[in-house]
Amino acid sequence: MNLEGLERIDPYCWSIPPGPGEERAPVILYGSRPLLETMDDKVREQITNVARLPGLVGAAMTMPDAHWGYGFPIGGVAAFDPEQGGIISAGGVGFDISCGIRCLRTNLNLADLAPDAERMASSLFYTIPAGVGEEGQIKLTSGQLDEVLLGGAEWAVGRGFGLKEDLEYVEERGRMGGALPGNVSEYAKKRQRGEMGTLGSGNHYLEVQVVDRIYDAAAARAFGLAEGQIVVSIHCGSRGLGHQIGTDYLLSLAKAAGRLGIRLPDRELACAPINSPEGQEYIGAMNAAVNCALANRQILTHLAREVFSRIFPDSRLTTLFDVSHNTCKAEKHTVNGKEMLLYIHRKGATRAFGPGHPSLPERYREAGQPVIIGGSMGTGSYVLAGTRESEDKAYSSASHGAGRAMSRKQALKHWRGRELIDELKGKGILIRTKSMRGAAEEAPGAYKDVDLVAEATEKAGLARRVAFLRPKVCIKG
Amino acid sequence: MTDQSYSYFDHDADIGVSGRGDTLEAAFEAAAAATFAVMADLSQVREERTVRLEFEEADPEFALVTWLNRLLAEAHGEGLVFCRFRLTRQDGRWLGEARGEPWRAELERGVEVKGATLTMLSVRRTGGRWEARCVVDV
Repeated sequence: MNLEGLERIDPYCWSIPPGPGEERAPVILYGSRPLLETMDDKVREQITNVARLPGLVGAAMTMPDAHWGYGFPIGGVAAFDPEQGGIISAGGVGFDISCGIRCLRTNLNLADLAPDAERMASSLFYTIPAGVGEEGQIKLTSGQLDEVLLGGAEWAVGRGFGLKEDLEYVEERGRMGGALPGNVSEYAKKRQRGEMGTLGSGNHYLEVQVVDRIYDAAAARAFGLAEGQIVVSIHCGSRGLGHQIGTDYLLSLAKAAGRLGIRLPDRELACAPINSPEGQEYIGAMNAAVNCALANRQILTHLAREVFSRIFPDSRLTTLFDVSHNTCKAEKHTVNGKEMLLYIHRKGATRAFGPGHPSLPERYREAGQPVIIGGSMGTGSYVLAGTRESEDKAYSSASHGAGRAMSRKQALKHWRGRELIDELKGKGILIRTKSMRGAAEEAPGAYKDVDLVAEATEKAGLARRVAFLRPKVCIKG
Repeated sequence: MTDQSYSYFDHDADIGVSGRGDTLEAAFEAAAAATFAVMADLSQVREERTVRLEFEEADPEFALVTWLNRLLAEAHGEGLVFCRFRLTRQDGRWLGEARGEPWRAELERGVEVKGATLTMLSVRRTGGRWEARCVVDV
């Protein structure tokens, strides 16, 4: 990104001042200079366009891992007030609605895993449906799918997929309110028929990781993490159902914008006023997709437990946290001393409530919400904790991943899947995938430096580092 | 059969697809081939099943997005992968056909395309040929 014209507020916070006569809300970019310099200029263009949308409260923001998306940049955060004509945008949520990460802690350590790592990799690969064209074992009728869309992870636990105690550590306690399955098209439901309990493709993964370093001992204790411990992270979303809802509403809202009197700076920002029939229709469908994603990760949690129990009969996998990073949620925030109900778009951004937030489980009330920054398959991931500061800075939001630094097309020119998998095996990381193309596109070198992203996230005050997780086994879609 | 070809262009997180042809319809067919070639080697896909679809759309750019998304919905909904595409227009109504087969173990997997977006969406005639392009979300 060309940083010309940017105003440095501090080393990890920048603003884009409006040009002469330019009418828009403020724009804030979080991240260090090196991170911002690796971002495409489109990030600047896209977040500036977001700042022109009606009803925006405060600034349109990007997180340190931001990259070029469609409509909103990935890593974009924006809050809208329904009472001031604020909007809901399908492009501000993304196609993979409620894509997120479920992190499970285990009672195993690296020494336990090491002799059985190959067996674990093969068994997970055999059990977890991953990649394009792969279906799960669960086939649902349209009526059963409606129950999923209303019940989320709670539905899954009720059907024997996982434990009731998991729900305590899933956002919204595993069930998103306000879901309206009737607003979900038959195409979307058809796409989901065979996709419950599947991982998907692209940057989705199931990883077995080892806690490599602890940054914050007190928070790590609260999160139940210790050095050398094995954890499991599952990154996926609402699968075909969410993709189709994104597809359906992106086009219908783009067409409706003119009729609704919204001048879109870019039609990719397809949106409708929150307080409009069109806006409410999308919100009902989106919430249904959130439940689909929560149920999906719950089922995958169950499948992971089955594999672990076959190899380690005494193993115990407990949910550390489940957090989504493609959502728009109605939340109460204090702005200029006044509590407001705002619709917070986080597209490729994680909610990061600080210590004391009433929605947090008692166990994390003091430490703050677990925030997960998923890295590439060769580098590692971070567990962080939400801060009080983040509430004022970014409506309690933080980074969600390493963020791409190179396009998929360029990555295919640089790497071959087979060679990359062999290279990672030499480093003690076992990759299992049906897609050599996918492996090459997901090469660690195609991503930003996750260490820099986590450091910038902390130094910007968005969340503080708790632990670094190093991958040992990675199942890629 | 009209002359057609496809290629890809850069996008940070996703993939840009571009189809070209002598006619608008041929360019759309090529864009569909580009989209499905992200998911599989089309030369390995058998033409065992035919799916027909139709839709109305006056705006050619929205029609491209609708065409690609309808194909993706049909493919993902039925567990199919397509390799050959036909599209015609009759009085503002688009009539499409896609041929392919159910996914089988021998097919090398590419990367799943979730949907076609409005990003870098354009349908235009350039140098005597039609070009249809957009970014697809993967």
